[in-house]
Amino acid sequence: MKLRVKSALTLAMLAAASGLWCHAGLAQSAAPDPTAAANHYVDAPFNWQLWFPAAGSPMQAKIDWLMKYVLWIMAGVVGFVTILMGYVMVRYRAGRNPKPSQTTHNTLIEIVWIVVPCLILVAIIVPSIKLIYFEADDSNPYMTVTVTAHQWYWEYKYDSVPGLDYTSYMIPDNEIKPGEIRRLSVDHPLVLPVGKKVRFVITSADVLHGFYLPSLGVQKYAIPGTQLTSWTEIDKPGTYYGQCNQICGLNHDAMPIEIKAVPLADYIAWTKQALTNYAQTAPAAAPAIPRTLLADAAR
Amino acid sequence: MSITADQHALHAHGHHKKSFAARWLMSTNHKDIGTLYIIMAFIGGCFGGVLSMIMRQQLMYPHNDIITSGNTWNAIITAHGLIMIFWFVMPALIGGMGNWFVPMMIGAPDMAFPRLNNMSFWFLVAGFVFVMLGLFLGTGTGAGWTLYPPLDNAQYSPGVATDFSLFSLHLAGISSLLGAINFIATILNMRAPGMTMHKMPLFCWAILVTAFLLLLAIPVLAGAVTMLIMDRNFGTSFFEPSGGGDPVLFQHLFWFFGHPEVYIMILPAFGIISHVVSTFSRKPIFGYLGMAYAMVIIGFVGFVVWAHHMFVSAISTDSRVYFEVATLIIAVPTGIKVFSWIATMWGGSIEFKTPMLWALGFIFLFVIGGATGVVLANAGLDQELHNDYFLIAHFHYVLSMGAAFAIFAGFYFWIGKMSGHQYPEFWGKLHFWTFFIGVNLTFFPQHFLGLAGMPRRYPDYADAFAGWNFVSSVGSMVSGVSTLIFFYVLYAVFTSKQKLADNYWGEGATTLEWAVPSPAPHHTFEDVPIIR
Repeated sequence: MKLRVKSALTLAMLAAASGLWCHAGLAQSAAPDPTAAANHYVDAPFNWQLWFPAAGSPMQAKIDWLMKYVLWIMAGVVGFVTILMGYVMVRYRAGRNPKPSQTTHNTLIEIVWIVVPCLILVAIIVPSIKLIYFEADDSNPYMTVTVTAHQWYWEYKYDSVPGLDYTSYMIPDNEIKPGEIRRLSVDHPLVLPVGKKVRFVITSADVLHGFYLPSLGVQKYAIPGTQLTSWTEIDKPGTYYGQCNQICGLNHDAMPIEIKAVPLADYIAWTKQALTNYAQTAPAAAPAIPRTLLADAAR
Repeated sequence: MSITADQHALHAHGHHKKSFAARWLMSTNHKDIGTLYIIMAFIGGCFGGVLSMIMRQQLMYPHNDIITSGNTWNAIITAHGLIMIFWFVMPALIGGMGNWFVPMMIGAPDMAFPRLNNMSFWFLVAGFVFVMLGLFLGTGTGAGWTLYPPLDNAQYSPGVATDFSLFSLHLAGISSLLGAINFIATILNMRAPGMTMHKMPLFCWAILVTAFLLLLAIPVLAGAVTMLIMDRNFGTSFFEPSGGGDPVLFQHLFWFFGHPEVYIMILPAFGIISHVVSTFSRKPIFGYLGMAYAMVIIGFVGFVVWAHHMFVSAISTDSRVYFEVATLIIAVPTGIKVFSWIATMWGGSIEFKTPMLWALGFIFLFVIGGATGVVLANAGLDQELHNDYFLIAHFHYVLSMGAAFAIFAGFYFWIGKMSGHQYPEFWGKLHFWTFFIGVNLTFFPQHFLGLAGMPRRYPDYADAFAGWNFVSSVGSMVSGVSTLIFFYVLYAVFTSKQKLADNYWGEGATTLEWAVPSPAPHHTFEDVPIIR
């Protein structure tokens, strides 16, 4: 009698549990993907690209501006030298100027070619130093993500969402699906809210790595035993890419970074989902060795 | 005592023929040692060049399978960097042309310490054997030429290959250090009567400044490398965070050597270019004192800018500002050099012989490399450009096109003096033009790859980078063909029967090496030259 009640209860519990499980499963597939908003705009490199990626953050916009400014000045310098050389080569070739002059000094011109470059440098240094301090100002962030580099994957820990800590591997070449980008797409992208200042605390668990996000203007070494900070504030929803940019061993080219930037509400929805979904991909359970072997074998 | 000395002098003038081993293995003659250095540079350049061709073949297409293992790739890029710097550019410019022409230009009978000179050379050869072992043993040394720990510590780079590469730096370092001491002693003490410092040819000034840079920088590298070897083999933790050490310390020590090293490679090139430009413009160098002291300033400032290689590493914001400003200041003395070369040509009577083509190519391409250098010196921009292909393009413009162009300029300028035979003008010019096209095709597109965000040291890359990588690889093949033309030039020189005059360049060539026969005799000067 007791036994029957107990088994009935067990059955009921099992049924309820499986029902719940099914429900959760259904909810997962039926609920809209909170990162879907990021799929409409993809800021990825393209073939025959001639310039920086489209700026995805104020920092990259400032870098883009200063780069144009400095490069135009330097193009002027190179152009000036080229014109001088061209003129000299035509005007003073042996056929046209058989008797060389013996002038070896001209104090005025020697002062001019010291002073003018100094003035050009001042014109470069002033906006450049402003940019350095802008890039360094990681104060008052909305949230902080601790980025830990490993051989050869990234680990993202959301400091403001307790328990949210997951790993991100490159999709191996032989598992690339349509819509994914070979060597840039990852299994679990870093998801960030748009329009909010996000601080990165960057470190490494083993060797040096480089956390490099060209379309956001972010780059810092990941150094074991040291935490470096950088920050970003992504302008609009989209998918942004980065790569490891400091030699870190045999799979240095196989640990890209993928960022899904979504509106704040979607980001919050995503964190709730991620807490359950990524519970099993916490760093401790990460199958480090098989995946890295796969990535190398795929070459 | 005086009789012995006289007999010795007589004996030395006897011109007896030495055995091959006595002449080449135990050489104490600066010209023979210079020749050995140039042969070393030739071998090193060929090896480093073949490695770069392999790299460009792999990068020609995305998902390429010429190199199947990341370890092999990393070993190749590491060896390419080390070999090109320590066994191509440095022996060619300093050991080779420096040894050949510094004593001749200052009117000295030989280097101050001839046996030390021989020792410098053979240390370098031993170092080359070690760096090759570092490439071929096990999985090779895969930390890049900068050798940053922890990647090359015992845990992440087990095996003896990395130790061989580290010891190869010790050997190349002691070689350079002894050579530097020799050059300083020679230049400061053995100038002919009347050859004051301010009359000394600019190539000698360049080598003097270079020697001081080596003297101050190499010991720092040796310290850093020794600490790495201790960390790897004897359980110390200089660069181990878990033991209280710091990987960033190595970066500081390495670049305290590494940045002066950049000028060690380019200052002798400046010297050669000054001679070539002046000779073929048939005009004395413009602003001689400015040229000499610009090199001194570049050498000095070169020591206080090292952390611009660490803008995205662990340095403070204010240091970023300091290192940016200090770095940019180098543009001013460099500008003096470039404008003085142009002013030397201004009003001249320019002959476009092969050495002059290389010199003009040097100036033009070095200015482009210098311009991207000014861009990269901006710490704020370096946050985007650090370690990507824009940087690769920049430093190959100053090295593959700067230093290498100057090496070829010097080769075509002096090969007659060194061998007694002239190069074939047509083939020399063909070599120049093919190489000019090849290196520009290789490295100019890499600016675009860098702007698009392609990181360095990748054996495989996203398909979006395919286009410019293909162009770049085609360019490397053009340079490869160009090198074959250079081999033919060498063949033509050494099979030539043509005899050359003492001063085969005519009135523009005014330094002392043009006052002695071609080829320069075993003992350069029978009498001490007097400079008025």
